[in-house]
Amino acid sequence: MNFEMPNFALALPEIFVLCMACIVLLVDLFVGERNRFVTYLMAQATLVGAMVLTLGLSSSEAQYTFGGSFVRDTMGDVLKAFIYLAVLMVFVYSRDYLRARQLFNGEYFVLGLFGVLGMMVMVSAHSLLTLYLGLELLSLCLYAMVALQRDSIAATEAAMKYFVLGSLASGMLLYGMSMLYGVTGSLDIGEISAYVAQNVGDNLVLEFAVVFVVVGLAFKLGAVPFHMWAPDVYHGASTSVTIYIGTAPKIAAFAMVMRLLVDGLGGLHVEWQGMLVMLAILSMAVGNVIAIAQSNLKRMLAYSTIAHVGFLLLGVLAGTENGYASAMFYIIIYALMGLGGFGMIMLLSRAGFEADRLEDFKGLNERSPWFAFIMMILMISMAGIPVSAGFWAKLAVLQAVVRADMVWLAVVAVIFSVIGAFYYLRIVKLMYFDKPEDTSPIKPAFDMRIVLSANGLAVLALGVFPGALSVLCVEAMK
Amino acid sequence: MLENYLPVLVFLALGAFFGIAPLLAGFLIAPHRPDSAKNSPYECGFEAFEDSRMKFDVRYYLVAILFIVFDLEIAFLFPWGTVLTEIGMFGYMAMVVFLSILVIGFIYEWKKGALEWE
Repeated sequence: MNFEMPNFALALPEIFVLCMACIVLLVDLFVGERNRFVTYLMAQATLVGAMVLTLGLSSSEAQYTFGGSFVRDTMGDVLKAFIYLAVLMVFVYSRDYLRARQLFNGEYFVLGLFGVLGMMVMVSAHSLLTLYLGLELLSLCLYAMVALQRDSIAATEAAMKYFVLGSLASGMLLYGMSMLYGVTGSLDIGEISAYVAQNVGDNLVLEFAVVFVVVGLAFKLGAVPFHMWAPDVYHGASTSVTIYIGTAPKIAAFAMVMRLLVDGLGGLHVEWQGMLVMLAILSMAVGNVIAIAQSNLKRMLAYSTIAHVGFLLLGVLAGTENGYASAMFYIIIYALMGLGGFGMIMLLSRAGFEADRLEDFKGLNERSPWFAFIMMILMISMAGIPVSAGFWAKLAVLQAVVRADMVWLAVVAVIFSVIGAFYYLRIVKLMYFDKPEDTSPIKPAFDMRIVLSANGLAVLALGVFPGALSVLCVEAMK
Repeated sequence: MLENYLPVLVFLALGAFFGIAPLLAGFLIAPHRPDSAKNSPYECGFEAFEDSRMKFDVRYYLVAILFIVFDLEIAFLFPWGTVLTEIGMFGYMAMVVFLSILVIGFIYEWKKGALEWE
């Protein structure tokens, strides 16, 4: 028996992150409490190194290795770059927040890095096995991160719920995958796609497999009716973990949808389109309507995420290259907005005080006009009001849906988007027209001030010049 | 045809003999002086009969999880060892990588004090 030596160079970023995560784990054991900063710096250096490697290896054509179970292509490179960027910002925002709560442990950063590795594997997976491997690596890190705050009852409860429902979702996905394997006789996404293209027609097992795969994906994305874990987990976990769960893994989940549904089961587009239409409409409706009733900002942002997932699905279900590119654009913009939104909560929080109620944002303009402005940009963008990145993102998916001859769906989406604008603009009103309840000064660290400002301004800049990113997304889908 | 099964018959007989003979010998020859402590089943330091809904020390779970990790490692090592000559350098290095990751985990748990009972 001879093994063909795989081309390890293509997986260099993954290998680098794995080695560095192990080194960070060991270094953290020996540096002690006082020099924990070293762990933080090494984690950030890992992300920067991975970014350099990914961009350095990037080329326009897709390359396969490890017997076809690993792929490096433009879509993967772009998504990975944004995953590194998102996690880098998460670590910057979280540092002082964690320190103020005696949660500044090496485990947070090590689990964060292993989670990044899981996302990278998901993004680059070209076989059901690698896809599942990456997903589980990511999920296990997330469960543990939610549970990191051991003395908080809410966090423990959230971790438990997340773990149980996450396992259920993994089970669904695995069942679907096993049926796919049973029908097609292969785990390779390329071979599955070839089989589906040849044998399209009434194959009942294949249709069942699609149903289970879609259910599993919907669970992981948090689309209605498989969303029930999201609000509790977002609310219960410490904000430093919520911001992690709410941003980078969504990018990876989008990659998983692309690899499974589009690359693998593209031939069954008619089958999964109907299911995605239902998921999208329900997600937009439930997310936007229930978010209005929330008084806790983390919970509100959780429902807002659900609504955004609905919009993301609109792009995917259109089933055209343009639609996929618009969905990719949407998820990247969403990640940036989510980072800013949760970053603002962490900015206003301090030792022993969690600024996650809507009242905590009252009169922010008097306390800090600059950050009130940043928050306004973020909220306007989430609502999808013109001259913000969120507007172009919504416009792109709506265009894709209209081009796929589903004008009614676009109309429904616009209606729910208008309903959703209410709760985003309510925060703008609280910040600018109400008197502050809490007048303690806002003194963020220098790097947090810079990064959070850049985050907000990037959303504004992408609203004025969306061209470059949108062209990049179209390139990635070719 | 039937004589082909003779070795199996011999094997069964020998197996039965070696299974039964020591037990029988122990029953016949060994000294037999039971007391209450000797007759009670013992395991893990728990009382043999009490309410099953009791608090478990979380350390039991920790040890159980660590045990499973290294138990599975052995399960991987056995088949790997039997085909080592065929899988060559690639197979050898794959196991080296696998074991190094386990060793890193081992160092972590040791330094964190997961192996200390008290």
